[in-house]
Amino acid sequence: MSASPAQLDRLAYRRHQTLLSVLVAAASTLVLGVLLVVAVTGAPGWDRVRESFLDPAVARESLPDVLRGLWLNIRLLFFCAIGALTLGLVIALLRTLRGPVFFPVRLLATGYTYTFRGLPLIIVLYVMTLGLPGLRLQGMPSTLVLGGTALVITYSGYLAEVFRAGIESVHPSQLAAARSLGLTYRQTMRFVVLPQAVRRVAPPLLNDTVALQKDVGLVSLAGPIDAVRAAQIHTAETFNYTPYIVAGVLFVLLAAPLIAVTDWVTLRAARRQS
Amino acid sequence: MTVLSCHGVRKVFGDQVVLDGLDLDVSEHEVVALIGASGSGKSTLLRCVNLLEELDDGTIHLDGEHITDPRVDPDKVRQRIGIVFQAYNLFPHMTVLENVTLAPVRVHGVPRTAARAQALEWLGRVGLADKAYAYPDRLSGGQQQRVAIVRALVNSPRLLLLDEVTSALDPELVGEVLSMIRDLKSDGVTMVLATHEMGFARQVADRVCFLDGGRVLEQGPPEQVFAEPAEARTRQFLSRIIEAGRL
Ligand SMILES: Nc1ncnc2c1ncn2[C@@H]1O[C@H](COP(=O)(O)OP(=O)(O)O)[C@@H](O)[C@H]1O
Ligand SMILES: [Mg+2]
Repeated sequence: MSASPAQLDRLAYRRHQTLLSVLVAAASTLVLGVLLVVAVTGAPGWDRVRESFLDPAVARESLPDVLRGLWLNIRLLFFCAIGALTLGLVIALLRTLRGPVFFPVRLLATGYTYTFRGLPLIIVLYVMTLGLPGLRLQGMPSTLVLGGTALVITYSGYLAEVFRAGIESVHPSQLAAARSLGLTYRQTMRFVVLPQAVRRVAPPLLNDTVALQKDVGLVSLAGPIDAVRAAQIHTAETFNYTPYIVAGVLFVLLAAPLIAVTDWVTLRAARRQS
Repeated sequence: MTVLSCHGVRKVFGDQVVLDGLDLDVSEHEVVALIGASGSGKSTLLRCVNLLEELDDGTIHLDGEHITDPRVDPDKVRQRIGIVFQAYNLFPHMTVLENVTLAPVRVHGVPRTAARAQALEWLGRVGLADKAYAYPDRLSGGQQQRVAIVRALVNSPRLLLLDEVTSALDPELVGEVLSMIRDLKSDGVTMVLATHEMGFARQVADRVCFLDGGRVLEQGPPEQVFAEPAEARTRQFLSRIIEAGRL
């Protein structure tokens, strides 16, 4: 069937409008870009800033060390994210248990989320990496593992609350439907509640993972050299801040895929809601 | 043979007495329709039978077993009773087939392939074979409700409870669900259904029970209850229904 003249006219008009908006967007982007470049490079201190922050030679020289540091960030992020997500989920589930038998468990889980959401990460980190080894116990893990554990402890406190919000967002009628089929409480959680809960809170969970990515570098306070610490060492040697810029760019590049995934999941969740 | 036997059932919410010493017996293959004003406790009674609510007094027996004994495992009892809710309550993250096979596989230990075959057969019988791999939000209300009924039926329950299963549906979708329930009746499924479709209660029910004041005020074959109600309250209720054009 061929479209009516009215429909053809509408289509042609819309195409025209689309072309027009693309051109306007391109022009305004160009103008803004030129303005920014002129403003920054025209500033009185621009030459000094360029020398101390954007020196290509220094960047090249510091890159291998910063990259080595970044590899530590990546490994820490991987293990800490898995650890914090798992522990967070377990704590959230413990908080949902009903019945007097589980009262102490509920109390502990609740205390945990209160404590570690309130306690600054740095303090947990120092206690774990400097305090614990002071006990001189046999088989004390390395500073890196202890630091990673501090991150897991703090972040699982946040993630537990995100999981709990997800679990509570599942409507009671879903529980009734599952229980009425003869599923036990555990089966109901596993097959009906958690899959829906996790889907719903995937965006905030991923968001916290992006935040974790920036915080894993704090273990360098206890010794291990991450990307930012590597940059700092180079800066101290050369009195040039370019290594920080190198590390910063690498961090953004590393975060970009995770942030993109977060946006995509958020968008999909929003669409599912409607 | 008596499948369900409620005796002196009492249920209180706060200071509101919803069920007040209610008695009800249901025989095998019998279809009992619960009618009564909104808020008269029809849903509450069905939820009590399925042990989703705890009784404040009285007893409920299923096939002679005292199921409101606190020492009885409610999960085991619910395996023998199917319930379908007004709002379908399908699991939105599972396909139709996954919804239907969840309980057979996880609760009744039916091998997955057998459960799928059985589910597909049921879905075919109610004209939903082509929806087996669809998610619930892609189905019409009538289709979702038929899936919910199949989900309860695949477990071969001794008793099927239906709570206003057509009230959330657009009028033109009511028929497909009602005709499915008629088929279940001819298969001999024992059912207790809360409904405000009086026409349907008249067609499908062997017995109609009018709930009022927390008890079964009047009961009998539909012809009798609808044509010559003995109680003034029943007459009042039915005349209001007729005014609303529902009979
Ligand atoms: N969980 C509950 N908490 C408090 N009141 C309730 C609860 N469930 C039902 N009720 C009350 O019990 C009464 C009977 O409700 P219901 O059994 O749903 O009636 P029906 O299904 O006949 O319309 C209503 O007044 C309702 O408000
Ligand atoms: Mg109701």
